[in-house]
Amino acid sequence: MQSKFKQGATQITRLGRKGCDAMEALGRAGVFLGQSAVGIPSREGWRLWLRQMHFVGVLSLAIVLVSGLFIGMVLALQGYTILVDFGAEQALGQMVALSLLRELAPVVAALLFAGRAGSALTAEIGLMKATEQLTSMEMIGVDPLRRVVAPRLWAGFVALPILTVGFSVVGIWGGYLVGVEWLGVFEGSYWSNMQASVSFINDVGNGMIKSLVFAVVVTWIAVFQGYDLVPTSEGISRATTRTVVYSSLAVLGLDFVLTAVMFGGL
Amino acid sequence: MKVNQPMTDVPFIEIEDLYFSRGEHDIFRGVNMTIPQGKVTAIMGPSGTGKTTLLKLIGGQLTPDRGRVLIDGQEVHSLSRKALFALRKRMGMLFQSGALFSDLDVFENVAFPLRVHTDLPDAMIRDLVLLKLQAVGLRGARKLTPAELSGGMARRVALARAVALDPELILYDEPFVGQDPISMGVLVQLIKRLNQALQLTSVVVSHDIKETLSIADYLYLIADGQVVAHGTPQTLDTNQDPRVSQFVHGEPDGPVPFHYPAESFYRDILGHA
Amino acid sequence: MKRSKTMEFGVGLFMLAGILGLVFLGLRVSGLSLSAPTDTFRLEANFANIGGLKPRARVTMAGVTVGRVEAIELDTDWYDARVILRLDSDLEGQLSQDTTAAILTAGLLGEQYIGLSVGGAPEMLEDGDTIRDTQSALVLEELIQQFVSNMASS
Repeated sequence: MQSKFKQGATQITRLGRKGCDAMEALGRAGVFLGQSAVGIPSREGWRLWLRQMHFVGVLSLAIVLVSGLFIGMVLALQGYTILVDFGAEQALGQMVALSLLRELAPVVAALLFAGRAGSALTAEIGLMKATEQLTSMEMIGVDPLRRVVAPRLWAGFVALPILTVGFSVVGIWGGYLVGVEWLGVFEGSYWSNMQASVSFINDVGNGMIKSLVFAVVVTWIAVFQGYDLVPTSEGISRATTRTVVYSSLAVLGLDFVLTAVMFGGL
Repeated sequence: MKVNQPMTDVPFIEIEDLYFSRGEHDIFRGVNMTIPQGKVTAIMGPSGTGKTTLLKLIGGQLTPDRGRVLIDGQEVHSLSRKALFALRKRMGMLFQSGALFSDLDVFENVAFPLRVHTDLPDAMIRDLVLLKLQAVGLRGARKLTPAELSGGMARRVALARAVALDPELILYDEPFVGQDPISMGVLVQLIKRLNQALQLTSVVVSHDIKETLSIADYLYLIADGQVVAHGTPQTLDTNQDPRVSQFVHGEPDGPVPFHYPAESFYRDILGHA
Repeated sequence: MKRSKTMEFGVGLFMLAGILGLVFLGLRVSGLSLSAPTDTFRLEANFANIGGLKPRARVTMAGVTVGRVEAIELDTDWYDARVILRLDSDLEGQLSQDTTAAILTAGLLGEQYIGLSVGGAPEMLEDGDTIRDTQSALVLEELIQQFVSNMASS
């Protein structure tokens, strides 16, 4: 009896310690974001940012566009079979565009971004930490938060919204290919129904806000995991996995919250 | 001989009553050291005694639990971030792994400190970098990336980078570890020559006895979180303290036991019967 | 150096593509027109029942979109719905005072919108005027109820 009680107490202590650790890590991550995101942009910083834009943006373009195309095509195909039962296949354009703009493009692009660019950022910064590059930079008198982290952070902030736009455009075009070219929905009604129902501010704008939020969260997680990891090869591989898992969960969870606020009438 | 009385030299680094622990594990318990200006001072000790940690404490990357570190009269751990970075411009550090920036080539690695801390025109940076690379014998390798260098070459490039800003102090973290005899010889010679040519204060952390003894003017031996002996190479060689003589002469068993603590072998084998 | 030039070019293209994509989403997908913001004027209309009419719904005339619903509010004087319309300024002073506004439905289940049809009175509607002659939305349930009670009485 006594020992059972003791065991329970230990469990509670352990839970408490886990909670404290988690809060501490969150605090560290917050300070980290604050310290690295604020910096005076210099010519050198611009050049570094450009390099990272290439790395996280341009190199992620292919996977994002191809996925967007397929998702648009699938949406049109699935939507058509449902809408045709109601004689409403004219609304296909509306359905494809709204699903993409409000939901699928921000979320799927963010998930792909976490897998493609996020994990690479974690691994890269982690490797720099493990090989003492960050320490030696500090010893040279250069702040690695400014030099290494900040350009990556800002590149991520800018790149993901652009990728999301690309995803939407290609997806809508994919829906057009399947719906109009293949299934024979009237081209005029594909576009006009879309235009009548899509609002630039409410649909495109809110989708962009979502993707901006996701960009901040995913890049932040990726860069922080890289900076904060245990500098061994095992630590790097664990941190890379954590980046993908945490950012996927964060994206999906935040998506619900944002959707509730934006479209749920809260 | 002047070399035999380092305490009369001007101290450049003073470490006073330094305590540091990592988690439950005490690493330093009251370390006192004086490192004279313009000399090569070696800090030696068995693996795991926190020699690298000591360098990080000197460089201000770690903060001690107690005690203080003075560099040229400035207390490292009470400096503002900006002042600390300014102080670091006056020191160079050679890391165990070289720690070259993997996204820059050899030339840009050496040019890095110059580009960040000076406004020199490109042509002058080029001349300076080639001068430093020439000094370590790698002027021809300037276009290579760090991945294409051997371990010894990487360390020499890192050395060129560490002295790029002509620092007053240079910290060497295990410069001889994992080097073949040739590159070891090259590094020993380079450290000696740089120290003489640039009037540097050098701190070498190492456990390679022979090489370190050949370049050091003064030695500190640390074990169990404290300085157990210090003196010139000659005095340490004849020191009677068993901890010192075990380390200096490389005896396999002694105060640092060969066996990891365990219950008696006899009982471990037969005890479960 | 050459490599960094092509990289810069690539990033430039990437960002340009992003901007063009956003323009596409604006023009082609949400149907914003480049000639916007066109001048508009404001009319009000009171309806007994607006059904499923929503802000931003189209306002048409002979099937041509001439404006949008700006806001819908409850008029507490009469307890009916006051709908505020924004119409192209070309029509300012062109609509007679007996213009009727009706809430129509696109198809059986489609969106509801407002249809205007011009009358013959000599005075014209100006900015801020109210359309008197309105026709409420057809509510399907009411229609069915009417039909059923007619059947019963006949």
